[in-house]
Amino acid sequence: MEKQEFTITVYTENQVGLLHRITTIFTKRKINLESLTTSESEIEGIHRFTIAVTETEEQVIKVVKQIEKQVEVLKADYYKKKEVVQQELALYKIATETLTNGIEIERIVREHNARFLTIEREFVVIEKSGYKRETKALFDELEPYGIKEFVRSGRIAVARQQFGPGKDIEALLQTNSPSI
Amino acid sequence: MASIDLQPTENKSPSHQTTITGAEAVVQALIQEGVDIAFGYPGGAIMPVYDALYDYQDRLHHVLARHEQGAIHAAQGFARASGKVGVCLATSGPGATNLITGIADAQIDSTPLVCITGQVPSHLLGSDAFQETDVIGISMPVTKWNYQVTKAEEIPLAIAKAFYIARSGRPGPVLIDITKDAQFQQLDFHYEKCTSIRSYREEPAIEIDQIEAAANAINDAKRPYVLFGQGIILAEAEQEFKAFVEQGNLPAAWTILGLSAMETSHPLNVGMLGMHGNYGPNLLTNECDVLIAVGMRFDDRVTGNLEKYAKQAKVIHLEIDPAEINKNVFAHIPIMGNAKKTLPLLTQRLQKKDRSEWLARFAECDRLEHEKVIQEELHPTKDILTMGEVIHILNEKTGGDAIIVTDVGQHQMVACRYAEFVQSKSNITSGGLGTMGFGLPAALGAALGAPDRTVVCVVGDGGLQMTIQELATVYQTQAKVKVLLLNNEFLGMVRQWQQLFFDKRYSSTEMINPDFQLLAKGFRMPTNQVTHRDQLDHALTEFIETDGAYFLEVMVGKENNVFPMVPSGSGVAEIRLD
Repeated sequence: MEKQEFTITVYTENQVGLLHRITTIFTKRKINLESLTTSESEIEGIHRFTIAVTETEEQVIKVVKQIEKQVEVLKADYYKKKEVVQQELALYKIATETLTNGIEIERIVREHNARFLTIEREFVVIEKSGYKRETKALFDELEPYGIKEFVRSGRIAVARQQFGPGKDIEALLQTNSPSI
Repeated sequence: MASIDLQPTENKSPSHQTTITGAEAVVQALIQEGVDIAFGYPGGAIMPVYDALYDYQDRLHHVLARHEQGAIHAAQGFARASGKVGVCLATSGPGATNLITGIADAQIDSTPLVCITGQVPSHLLGSDAFQETDVIGISMPVTKWNYQVTKAEEIPLAIAKAFYIARSGRPGPVLIDITKDAQFQQLDFHYEKCTSIRSYREEPAIEIDQIEAAANAINDAKRPYVLFGQGIILAEAEQEFKAFVEQGNLPAAWTILGLSAMETSHPLNVGMLGMHGNYGPNLLTNECDVLIAVGMRFDDRVTGNLEKYAKQAKVIHLEIDPAEINKNVFAHIPIMGNAKKTLPLLTQRLQKKDRSEWLARFAECDRLEHEKVIQEELHPTKDILTMGEVIHILNEKTGGDAIIVTDVGQHQMVACRYAEFVQSKSNITSGGLGTMGFGLPAALGAALGAPDRTVVCVVGDGGLQMTIQELATVYQTQAKVKVLLLNNEFLGMVRQWQQLFFDKRYSSTEMINPDFQLLAKGFRMPTNQVTHRDQLDHALTEFIETDGAYFLEVMVGKENNVFPMVPSGSGVAEIRLD
């Protein structure tokens, strides 16, 4: 079975240490996490993990089941590339003087649908969201001008359908449960 | 402490709110959960709990092990023999890290445990304080759940959740780490048992159409074959399981943890699976047309090479843990749920069938194995004593009614192959993790968990020396542990592999041993040693008939091997008889 890109979403209680419990399931099988983002979900008090991996579907299914059986995990799902709408956010820092030497940077930023996040006396920060190939393309164009600092966020993604996994756990959330 | 009263006593803690310390709350919560025995070892960060225990000695007996690893294996043995949750206490730092092997063992063998560890005061967390260790982080991959308590008010709920999680669904170990300041703080104590957690499902819903599909497959099968594991014992579904195999007239073989779920003498009990299992059960795995796995997880020691495992069969898998379905072996018909509920649904749909031809295949294989292996192992013609003949005579003395606790290695395989059982929860061994040193402390726990039963600890000279200090705990508790040391002066299983696969290069496997007779006497045990066959029968009679603990050492052949054997990497059908 061939490896491909998957996005795994995990809906959880807000509990210290859960990140470690989930990541060890991947490390046990020596699966590299390309990115992992934790955030709130659409449901109050419920957190979600969005995990990007490149793996075989068979492995991903096994991992998702092992995640879902953790006590504080409400639901775990996996999606293929075309089953999600996904984005990443990148920040690029370049010297302000490269701006004053002509209009090239402004043109690049405009053409890539990026924007200036801040312009300081010595440096400017450019922001670009999109697929990895898009943020990479901007990186490649800015590189000759000298990138002082670069960072890209993990993948965030939502299911390409009307409802997300949260819909399935609404009933669970109605039940009473002790919380510490 | 000369004797232990395991009768539950009247609940003296009031159910209305009272203000007590966190430490006392721990003890009261344990009592509310029905705990009357806990295993542990005190130290700085858990001292307030031990201080609170002092006032409850009449209702909660604490067994002082000689090492935290001994304490946790004892808690495991207690849980496995009694069916209750085992409880273990330890201090922070080394106390907590010494529990880890037992926790990992309990996780892989689905043993319900609640471990409570002390932790440095909360204001010192993260500062590398004396005896601080991140036990939550360390234990996370090997616990079903764990939680750090830093406020006394969290204690009742944390412990209630711990017991519920440990014992429900697929059981497992839980660890609660409590900072020392939380143990000292006051709280308004009110205890309520936990019965559900919204993010946690005890068992999956039963799908009736899967049951029907499975029943049809079994009814249509020519050569159906059942594999059963500890799931039967954990679900207390022994009767339901027996009714199932009897209704379907189905040959059934066991995993090492499923052993004793069905009596040895049952005509449909065809024997042991796996690397050192019986010949027929392994060979015929690749001849059956429908393979029905009940409460087992297709461990690699059972399946051998998966590429050569039961490829011809339609697989039905009854399992409580959805993550086990398709993990190792693809299930054509998965039946998720608790075996106690799913088995009767399946049984009522089964037709009675004559399977004499298929059952005769097992009998045929059995005859061959007897001829090639078992006859000589149980009735040797050579002077050197075999482990098998010792177990064979032990069966006569116990009538199969003892709890047999084993350590890990050759003696474990021999004991599991040849020990006979008439009732469930009678075989206690470290299966998944293969933890040497498990046997003696687990036997201690089993003896305290099932005080009316005879408990025999079959152990090798290697494993015994890993936790031999627990003989002191046996003495202190006066637990009736009968230690049967099968001494071959080798790490026998590793030596066997060195002989077969490493050109007889016996690298670090020979043991120049201490005088075990003197050692056992030092631990104030009645002892005996057998060096010749003519001493064996009498020695085993005395061993079993002596009331109380006993240490019997039998000198067995140094270079005997365990057969049959499915060599590592081979398919089950490539099982070797010699």
